[in-house]
Amino acid sequence: MLINLAGNKKVLYLCSVLVKQYTKTLTQITNNMLQIKDLSFSYRKPNRELFRDFSLDLHPGNVYGLLGKNGAGKSTLIYLMTGLLTPAAGMVTLDGEDVRRRLPKTLSDMFLVPEEFELPNTTLSQYVSINAPFYPRFSNEDMSRYLDIFEMEHDVKLQSLSMGQKKKVFMSFALATNTQVLIMDEPTNGLDIPSKSQFRKIVAQGMSDEKMMLFSTHQVRDIEQVLDHVTIIDQSRVLLNASLTEVSTRLAFRPMREGDQPLLAQAGVMGTFVVVPASEGEETQVDLEMLFNATLQQPQLVAQLFEQ
Amino acid sequence: MNFKDNKPIYLQIADRIGDEVLNGHLQADGKIPSVREMAAQIEVNANTVARTYEYLQQNGIIYTKRGLGYFVAPDANDTVVRMRRDQLMQNEMDYFLSQLKAAGVSPDELNKLYTEFLTQ
Repeated sequence: MLINLAGNKKVLYLCSVLVKQYTKTLTQITNNMLQIKDLSFSYRKPNRELFRDFSLDLHPGNVYGLLGKNGAGKSTLIYLMTGLLTPAAGMVTLDGEDVRRRLPKTLSDMFLVPEEFELPNTTLSQYVSINAPFYPRFSNEDMSRYLDIFEMEHDVKLQSLSMGQKKKVFMSFALATNTQVLIMDEPTNGLDIPSKSQFRKIVAQGMSDEKMMLFSTHQVRDIEQVLDHVTIIDQSRVLLNASLTEVSTRLAFRPMREGDQPLLAQAGVMGTFVVVPASEGEETQVDLEMLFNATLQQPQLVAQLFEQ
Repeated sequence: MNFKDNKPIYLQIADRIGDEVLNGHLQADGKIPSVREMAAQIEVNANTVARTYEYLQQNGIIYTKRGLGYFVAPDANDTVVRMRRDQLMQNEMDYFLSQLKAAGVSPDELNKLYTEFLTQ
């Protein structure tokens, strides 16, 4: 019977598909995420506490925008998330493994594009042949496609590139590694005007249900339409962590009306624009800049609105 | 003056697809791009496009064939026209009429203008 069954390729295949699907859903439920748990961290000099009991979960299928004022700790958080800094307390885990252990399994599944970086004195193809083997899902095809979108040559000397060009090459490589986690610190800094649109294109193209991406930025206008989740941090706390769909059902961004009690009002050429609690069924386009300012100015009110 | 408010992106995309139906670029039973293709094309998040498609599907403008993707509904054109009419009457007409009143445009004048416009 067993031999018979094993001989039947179709049945075997079906079993393996079922098992794969089952284990896939199982891992998704149990630990398929990046989890920051009760994290504390301070720099020794100057003695300043950046995070205390800080917790945040990132789930696959989402593009997160990490917003915060200068010095709020966005870059530090990113280094903690990627295991480059050690927390004083708490832990960051990817699929259940402490990222600080820097296991090959973890490192081959996350990629960080820092705000500033150096590339070695090699050609791009040498760079790819040396670095791509560390990433099992790296795709040359994807890499070429992203370089094309960025209008970059496929083989260049890395040292001969301008900072913006280096960034485009490095971001193309980062996306082509197809790691589960992709983190970019200020990705649009140093990009010219056409490349910002190209950047949105490669992000929209490179995203999948298995991946999670996180971008820290001050240039919210550059990336707001590719985000589906926004995380605002300030003074070692998460002030807001919500999907943009949720934001658009809780808050309205629109011209001021009589009787409005806005969380934030901003006068402009076209009149006064406000952030107000959304009325039943009202849904507007989220303005991230105004959301950020409203959240920093009225943290309690915003928190209350999102608790309901 | 609701129509001056900014609509959420997913509805703006829905409007754009509605335009394509009305101007004949999208034909009945024609295939429309997948969620990912559309997202890359217009540089927005795929979840936003997924929401647009869900909305269009609920309103009978597109339909899915399992495993094949999204297609334009046979009567999409009529549906879009009806939805636009509803929106105009419910949201935009008030503002338009109040502007006419403020500017002192008489019903006869408006009638004449609209009649002329239609014969152009």
